Amino acid sequence: MSKKPVQKGNQVETTGHSWDGIEEYNNPLPKWWVWIFYACIVWGIGYSIAYPAWPGIKGATAGVLGFSTRANVQADIDAAAAKLAPINAKLEAAELTEIANDAELSAYAVSAGSAVFKTWCAQCHGSGAAGAKGYPNLLDNDWLWGGDIESIHTTITVGIRQQADADNDYLRQSEMTAFGDLLEAEQIDAVVNYVMSLSGDAQDASKVAEGAVVFEENCASCHMEDGTGDRSQGAPNLTDAIWLYGGDYATISETVVGGRKGAMPAWNERLSEAQIRAVATYVHGLGGGE
Amino acid sequence: MVNYIKLIALGLITLLAMMAANYARDVAYLVHALIVTAVSGGLFIWTLRRVGTTVSHPQDEYFDSVVRAGVIATAFWGVVGFLAGVFIAFQLAFPALNFEWAQGYANFGRLRPLHTSAVIFAFGGNALIATSFYVVQRTSAARLWGGNLGWFVFWGYQLFIVLAATGYLLGGTQSKEYAEPEWYVDLWLTVVWVAYLAVFLGTIIKRKEPHIYVANWFYLSFIVTVAMLHLVNNATIPVSIFGSKSVIVWAGVQDAMTQWWYGHNAVGFFLTAGFLGMMYYFIPKQAERPVFSYKLSIIHFWALIFIYIWAGPHHLHYTALPDWASTLGMVFSVVLWMPSWGGMINGLMTLSGAWDKLRTDPVIRMMVISVGFYGMSTFEGPMMSIRAVNSLSHYTDWTIGHVHSGALGWNGMITFGALYFLVPVLWKRERLYSLTLVSWHFWLATIGIVLYAASMWVTGIMEGLMWREVDANGFLVNSFADTVAAKFPMYVVRGLGGLMFLAGAVIMCYNLWMTVRKSPAKESSLSVAVPAE
Repeated sequence: MSKKPVQKGNQVETTGHSWDGIEEYNNPLPKWWVWIFYACIVWGIGYSIAYPAWPGIKGATAGVLGFSTRANVQADIDAAAAKLAPINAKLEAAELTEIANDAELSAYAVSAGSAVFKTWCAQCHGSGAAGAKGYPNLLDNDWLWGGDIESIHTTITVGIRQQADADNDYLRQSEMTAFGDLLEAEQIDAVVNYVMSLSGDAQDASKVAEGAVVFEENCASCHMEDGTGDRSQGAPNLTDAIWLYGGDYATISETVVGGRKGAMPAWNERLSEAQIRAVATYVHGLGGGE
Repeated sequence: MVNYIKLIALGLITLLAMMAANYARDVAYLVHALIVTAVSGGLFIWTLRRVGTTVSHPQDEYFDSVVRAGVIATAFWGVVGFLAGVFIAFQLAFPALNFEWAQGYANFGRLRPLHTSAVIFAFGGNALIATSFYVVQRTSAARLWGGNLGWFVFWGYQLFIVLAATGYLLGGTQSKEYAEPEWYVDLWLTVVWVAYLAVFLGTIIKRKEPHIYVANWFYLSFIVTVAMLHLVNNATIPVSIFGSKSVIVWAGVQDAMTQWWYGHNAVGFFLTAGFLGMMYYFIPKQAERPVFSYKLSIIHFWALIFIYIWAGPHHLHYTALPDWASTLGMVFSVVLWMPSWGGMINGLMTLSGAWDKLRTDPVIRMMVISVGFYGMSTFEGPMMSIRAVNSLSHYTDWTIGHVHSGALGWNGMITFGALYFLVPVLWKRERLYSLTLVSWHFWLATIGIVLYAASMWVTGIMEGLMWREVDANGFLVNSFADTVAAKFPMYVVRGLGGLMFLAGAVIMCYNLWMTVRKSPAKESSLSVAVPAE
C-alpha cells in the first residue's frame, strides 16, 4: 500500500483497461484513508478485548472491564430502590388520609405517582388525566366509585370488574344491566328521554312522564329515584351532565339496550403498594379529590 | 416446441391458481390467487396467439428494450413510493388522515410497509435491475445472456411488487421489517432472483472484455448476498397451502438477530453495494473522466462486503441480544466507516479535473450530492451504532432521519442521475428536454432532504432526551404521549420536505417524458453499438 504511484510527469497512469470508454487511474490509496482505517481496526481489537465480544463454543469472552448491560441496569435499579426504600416504607406505613398532611411524603408521593400514571394510566385516561369516551375523566368532581383517597386507592388496587374473588373482596363488580331484552322498545325510548331530561332537554318531551315510570321501576334501584346515582354500586349520577359514554339520544339508547361493563386492570398485580399509594395520592390531588 | 411447453405450464398455473382462489382461507390469499389467475391466463392467451411466429434475438445489438421498461418502472414506482411516504408522514402529523372508512386498509400501519417496500424494492429494485442490465452489457461488450429471460426477470419482479403491495393492504404480512411478503410471494421472488443472477452472471461469463469492471463486482455481490439473506430470513412454514399465514422457523432472540442480519444487509447490499455499482458506471460516464483509483476500488470493495455482513446486531443494542453480539455489531459498524468512504472518495475524486461541470451540468451536480449524502450517512451510521449514542438515538426519529438522508439523498439522487443519463441514450435523443427542469428537480429534492433530515434530527434527539428525563427521585418526567405531542411541528416540516422531494420527482417524470416525445433524435445511434469483439 505504500507503493509510489506510477507517474509520468504529473500524470498518474491508468490501468490500461477501458470499459465502454471508462478508464481507471492507478492512484494509490489516500494516506489519511488508510490510517483512519487502520486506527479503526486497532481500536476495534482493543474494544473487543475490553468488552464482551468473541464467541466460543460455550459463551463468549467477558471482556477485561467486566461490562454487562444486565448487571449495569440491575445495579441502577438496586441503587434507586435502596435510595427510595426508607421513604417508600414510610409511605406504606402512613395512614392514607394523613399523606396529604406530611409535606415531604406528599411531595414524594405526587412525583412518584405522576411517573406511575404516565407509565401505566395515561394510555386510557390520557396524559393529562382528562379521560376519553369510556375512560373516566379524573380531573372533575364526578366519581363513579368515590373520590376520597381511600376509595381511589381501593379502585386502583382491585381494578374495575375483574374476576370476583376473595383477593379483591368482591369489590367493584356491579355492572349496568342490558335492558334490550327486558324492556319494550317504547319503554326504552321513553326512559332515554327521561334520562336526558334529568340534566338537560329530552329529545321528545312528551315521553318524559312515561319514562319516569319506567325509570322508577327499573333504574332507580341503582341510580336512585332522583337519578343521582350510587357510588357503592358504581352507578353514575345521571343529573350532572357528565357522561362517560355520551349523553346524546343514540348513545344513551345504546347504553340502556346493551348495558355497560367497562373494566380497569387490578394494579396490585403489577404495582407495589407504595406505587399504588403514590398514584392514588397523585390522582386525588388532580383537582377532583374529596 | 418451447411454446407448447409454455402453454401447458401456463394452463396448469392458471388452473391451480383458480383452485387456490376457491379454497382460499383469507382475503390476501384470495386476491393473490385471482391476480395470478389473471396474469397466467392472460399470458396463456397471449402465447397461444403467437404460436408459430418466431422471435429473433439479434445478437449484434444490446438488449435495451428491457432496460427501457425498467427505466419507466423505476420512475413510476418512485412516484408511487414517494407519494405513499408523503401521505403517511402527514398521517403521523394529522392522525385524522387515518380515515375511519379506510380502517384496516389505509391506516398508517398498513401503509408504512407499502411505502418502505415501494421505495426500496419497487423504486430501488427496478433501478438496480435496469441499470445493472444496461451496465453489464456495456462494460462486458456483450448482449444480455438468456434471451427473453431478461423480460421474465422484469415482469416477474413487477408481479412480486404487486403481490407484496396488495398483501400489505389486505393484512398478508409476516411482520418482519423489509421482509413483510408472505411465503408464496417469497418463493416467487426466489425464482425471479435466480433468473436475475443467471442473466447477470451469464452476461459476465460471455463478456468480450478481459476484465470484469468494478461496477459489476458490486452488482454481483448485491445479487448474491440478497439471495442468501432472503432465503435465510424468510425460512417459514405455511400454516396452510391455501392461506397466506406462515410461521417463521426462528424464534425469540435468534429470530430478532436473523431479522436484523437481514435488515441491515438489505441496507448494505441492496442500498449500498448495488447503488455503488450504479455510481461506478454513471459518474465516470457523465463526468467523462477515468475512475480515481483502481486500487481503492478493490480494497474498499472487499473490505465493505467482508465487514458489512457482521454489522447487523447494532440494531439490537440493549435488548435480549447477548452483550457480546452487540459489541461485535458495534465494532464492525465502526470499522466499516472507511470502507464505506472508499466509494465516496472514488466517486468524488473522479471529478477532479472536471469540477467546472458542477456549474454547467445539473445531472453531475445530482450525482455529486448523492455521493455527499452517501458519505454523510455512512459516517452517521457507524456513529449511531456506538452503544452510548444508540441509547439516546434508538427508537427515535433520528433513525428515520438517518435512513432518509441515505435513501432520499444517496439512493434517490444517484438513481435520478442515472435516469437522466439513460433516457436520452436509450430513446436515442440528442439531449434531455430541459436542463432547467433538472435544476429545479435538484433544488427541490435537496432542500426537501435537508428539511426532512434536519427536522428528524431535532425531533429525534428531543424525544430521546424526553424519554430519559427523570426527576430528583429518579422518576420519569414525560409520558410517551407528551413526546408525541411535542413532535408535531417537526412532523409537519418533515411532511413538507417529503412533498418537495415528490414534486421534484414529478418534474423529472415530465422532463423524461418530454425528452422522449420532443427532443431531437440522435443521428448516428452510438448507443446501440454492436458489442465489441
